[in-house]
Amino acid sequence: MSRRVALEASHAAAEAARMADVDVISAYPITPQTHIPERLAEMVADGELNAAYIPVESEHSALSACLGAAAVGARTFTATAGQGLELMHEVVYVASSMRYPIVMTVCNRALSAPLSVWGDHSDAMAVRDIGWIQVFCQNNQEAFDLTLWAFRVGEDPKVLLPVMIHIDGFHLSHVTEPVILPEQEEVDRFLPRFHYPFALDPNRPMTHGAFGPPEIYSEAKLAQEVAFRNSKAVILQGWREFGDIFGLYYHPVEEYRTENAETLFLTMGSFTETAKIVIDARRGKGEAIGLISLRLWRPFPFEEFRRIVKDAKILIVFDRCISPGMGGPVFSEVRSALYDEEPRPKVVGLIGGLGGRDMSEKDFDYVISRGGEIAEKGSEKMLETVGIRGEMVGIGE
Amino acid sequence: MADKLTWKDMQVGNIVTEAGSASFRRTGDWRTERPILDKEKCIKCALCWIYCPDAAIKPSEGGYYEADLYYCKGCGICARICPAEAIMMMEEEEK
Amino acid sequence: MEEKFVRFGKNLVTTDEYLAAGHSFCIGCGEVLALRLACKALGKKVIIANATGCIEICTSPLPVTSWQVPWIHTLFENTAAEISGVEAGLKILMEKGRIPERDIKCVAIGGDGATSDIGLQALSGAFERNHNFLYLCFDNEAYMNTGIQRSSATPYGASTTTAPAGKFSIGQVTRKKNMVAIAAAHNIPYVATACPSYRFDLMKKVRKGAGIKGPAYVHILSPCPTGWRYGSNLTIEIGQLAVQTGIFPLYEIENGRYRLNADPPKLKPIGEYLKLQGRYRHLTGEQVQIIQEMVNGDYAALKEKVAAFPI
Repeated sequence: MSRRVALEASHAAAEAARMADVDVISAYPITPQTHIPERLAEMVADGELNAAYIPVESEHSALSACLGAAAVGARTFTATAGQGLELMHEVVYVASSMRYPIVMTVCNRALSAPLSVWGDHSDAMAVRDIGWIQVFCQNNQEAFDLTLWAFRVGEDPKVLLPVMIHIDGFHLSHVTEPVILPEQEEVDRFLPRFHYPFALDPNRPMTHGAFGPPEIYSEAKLAQEVAFRNSKAVILQGWREFGDIFGLYYHPVEEYRTENAETLFLTMGSFTETAKIVIDARRGKGEAIGLISLRLWRPFPFEEFRRIVKDAKILIVFDRCISPGMGGPVFSEVRSALYDEEPRPKVVGLIGGLGGRDMSEKDFDYVISRGGEIAEKGSEKMLETVGIRGEMVGIGE
Repeated sequence: MADKLTWKDMQVGNIVTEAGSASFRRTGDWRTERPILDKEKCIKCALCWIYCPDAAIKPSEGGYYEADLYYCKGCGICARICPAEAIMMMEEEEK
Repeated sequence: MEEKFVRFGKNLVTTDEYLAAGHSFCIGCGEVLALRLACKALGKKVIIANATGCIEICTSPLPVTSWQVPWIHTLFENTAAEISGVEAGLKILMEKGRIPERDIKCVAIGGDGATSDIGLQALSGAFERNHNFLYLCFDNEAYMNTGIQRSSATPYGASTTTAPAGKFSIGQVTRKKNMVAIAAAHNIPYVATACPSYRFDLMKKVRKGAGIKGPAYVHILSPCPTGWRYGSNLTIEIGQLAVQTGIFPLYEIENGRYRLNADPPKLKPIGEYLKLQGRYRHLTGEQVQIIQEMVNGDYAALKEKVAAFPI
């Protein structure tokens, strides 16, 4: 019998790793991810989870130990946030290019400086190019569900890639919500045992991590990119299988009241749920407005995204970090994804919610109104922001 | 050899599944001198065999140890440490 | 049975080679010789994690490999963390019955750069967590693979490209970091120094370290003709002089107990060792004397530690 329990997203993620019978956990604590390694340590100490728990001395070592464990065929899980993700930056590229299916939860945290333990998407946006499958969670149920799904997809023999699950720091990691936990039997049906075809084994000696001279590096990178793009099919299959067993079907791009929408509002992560309230209110007043949320971030869901937005006149993108000198990163990518489309909406972007600054319904209301204004009349500001004190007109060029 | 491979030929994760596959490389081409063994003097102590960094000296017929010229880089360690002074380094001829 | 071994007096050394010939180490390289001997001592039932460096580059050029045992390289400074994951992974998979239970020794290999500089943190962590692994440091006393840049293992007075001898510099102005003492300070069961010139001593120590249930560390001097600047045929001699002059003594620390493996009644003058190497050729007689005093001091301190544990 599946149960409905109250869990923080951190604990939901840990519970998913437990139900997935993970083999090796190698993690370093960092706010706001700490509840994940703590909960997992408890589970191991009490015998609820039979796993090797490696209390490493840094995030760089955390992910490095995961590489070694995955290389011998262990199901591997780790978690981090903000600075921790930065410290393992060189290692994340290696995990994907060496095709180790590690699953990592990232409790999105603002990057220093100044030091901030609070949430935004700057840590996530700093790892766009690492070659991991990446998803953003809106709520604690997704934090649980997508972790299970991540093992299924990453470990698939046609994929063999690491998966990163983004959950908003504090807004999800430390917030208790109802989560429906499935039966262990259902999880076992969904998630086959991990069988790694290239496990390090004295009976079949292989070399992992040979170096790539110029004559071969390009081909290696192309092969990796092809595999990464091809993972989309298994990503979708994984979600179909998930729905078939657990009853909830996930999609790369979530649509909320997008029927006949003239204006679309794009968010990622937990702020989506607050934004939905504003959409409801505006729809109530007769506005043709809808919301889309990017659940699948990498590989970018070009097909679904283009199909969903094609009939809108305006697309307002909300970013939770600044890409210095460039603007909103999601805004830039989304605009680029639509450049060749005919017809395409006018894309505008606003930035807010940095370093733990909360966004209320009023703030989202402003974003949507202001977005509409910019779409019509353009903007004189260097950066369009919400909830950040100080004038932005007359700055820059 | 590497420059004939296409991206399709790359193994998952660029893992090399064939052990010792680098052994086709003829490091003997590096040589400027080669070791010459005087079997009359050789006491078959195997010091040259154990001290060859390239494992290029191999047990040969009659209990001797001789350099495999396919691999021998001509470092001269064998000649230097031979207690019987049975190995001499001779310059490779111009080809 | 006889064909698979070469008899050295009472010792049988396997003729198996775990590193295929055709690798691209420099001619006369002491490091690959030490590695070759270590591999003979380790046998086939190993998984090796290797840091970026000479060994890694010379043995693993895509699309081929020299390795005939399972081997993994990821980055420069994380080898000890990587092997921690291998060790923990194997253990839990065997415990859960996912893979058959058998003896597989986890071995981590790194140069002096990977060990005492960039990888020191990861190594300290792996020691502290008490993983069952053997760490072999192949010390050629600089970042040799990238062209002879200094490391914390470069000895005082040696010239490297980033601490070169010059009008205003003696070269390395700091003293060699004592990695052996750092390893021992973690209270691990077995720590040792070795040198390929002393082939049986090296193989014995590697075998002993591999037999430990817990962390073990063997620090192996790896004479480098390219970086130390000597004729390629002198590798064995230079290794012998390193030991005979006392600048690289051979000793073991077993559960904190020091034992000297070779204690010559009179150490050879350090000049005999230094004068063979171009990296020291700039030294004046006075500077050599300073180095002699350093060696004397270090050796005396070592002997004191040994004396604390009378046989």
